[in-house]
Amino acid sequence: MNLLAFNRGLRDGIAIAIGYFSVSFSFGITAVASGISWWQAVLISLTNLTSSGQFAGIGIIAASGSYIEMAITELVINMRYALMGISLSQKLDPTFKRWQQLILGHCNTDEIFAVAMSRNKTVTPAYMTGLAVLPYIGWSGGTLAGAICGNILPMMISNALGIMIYGMFLAIIVPAMRKEHPILVVACVAILMSCIIHFVPAFSFITDGFSIIICAVAASAVGALLYPVSEEEEEAEHAA
Amino acid sequence: MQHNYWIYLLIMFAVTYLVRVLPLVVFRKKITNRFVRSFLAYIPYAVLAAMTFPAVFFAVDCIPAAAAGVIAAVIVAFKGGSLFTVAASASVVVYVMLLIL
Repeated sequence: MNLLAFNRGLRDGIAIAIGYFSVSFSFGITAVASGISWWQAVLISLTNLTSSGQFAGIGIIAASGSYIEMAITELVINMRYALMGISLSQKLDPTFKRWQQLILGHCNTDEIFAVAMSRNKTVTPAYMTGLAVLPYIGWSGGTLAGAICGNILPMMISNALGIMIYGMFLAIIVPAMRKEHPILVVACVAILMSCIIHFVPAFSFITDGFSIIICAVAASAVGALLYPVSEEEEEAEHAA
Repeated sequence: MQHNYWIYLLIMFAVTYLVRVLPLVVFRKKITNRFVRSFLAYIPYAVLAAMTFPAVFFAVDCIPAAAAGVIAAVIVAFKGGSLFTVAASASVVVYVMLLIL
């Protein structure tokens, strides 16, 4: 295990962990409020490590929905991970062993994925482990804290914490949009489409999970058509 | 019919796990098609952009406060702030706005 890469990963994971703590805190509150016990909420966080899927899942459990409904909902909401998984597979270091993929692959959340992809090096098992450890603890710990003492926290603070996850997203996309024109175009197409799907009543049948997939696929396709990345550019990026 | 927590948990875990891990295991070789490579390079930014907007404006109970948080985050991110700095500034601005409004 390369300790340097592991430490680097740990450092990159701190911000994600803090953001996760606040988001999973509200998950813990919601879970207990919808009738499951604190340890059941924590167990969901330990095994799922995803915000939207878990919130939707809690809703189905609370409504005593069918198992089929649970499976389809989770599939649709989490389908974007398949897209990101393919993207990440191209960035994994050749030293990645199969069993490491089977464990670390499950830690491929939106934020961990984005941070791993924004590196200009291949992703090694040591780096990925370091990157995932603190967010995993933050996510489970936040759920536990929210489930046990959620009602103590003033509404205003939990509200302010709710925006942290998006702050992290913006911290990743804004500098890239500024630096590279193609990414600016891709992001703008994605944002425009996402807003249209959300606000135009004719598209209200499209769920959030599907909306993200449609927007991401369309915007990336536009980017790939207009600005195909050449091998040399990729090499230059990796060397930078 | 009474539903069982453990079966719910198993379904949630199994679906999420398979969706995440299968692509990693299946796509072990380097993809050579230029269009596909470019497409995959843009995916992270497209996913995050679509997830952020317009959802971020509804992340806080008060839309103007959320908007102020977005503006703060964009400015700090534009100036090259770290992941945590950007997220924390958005959070602080939202809190201050909620106090004022």
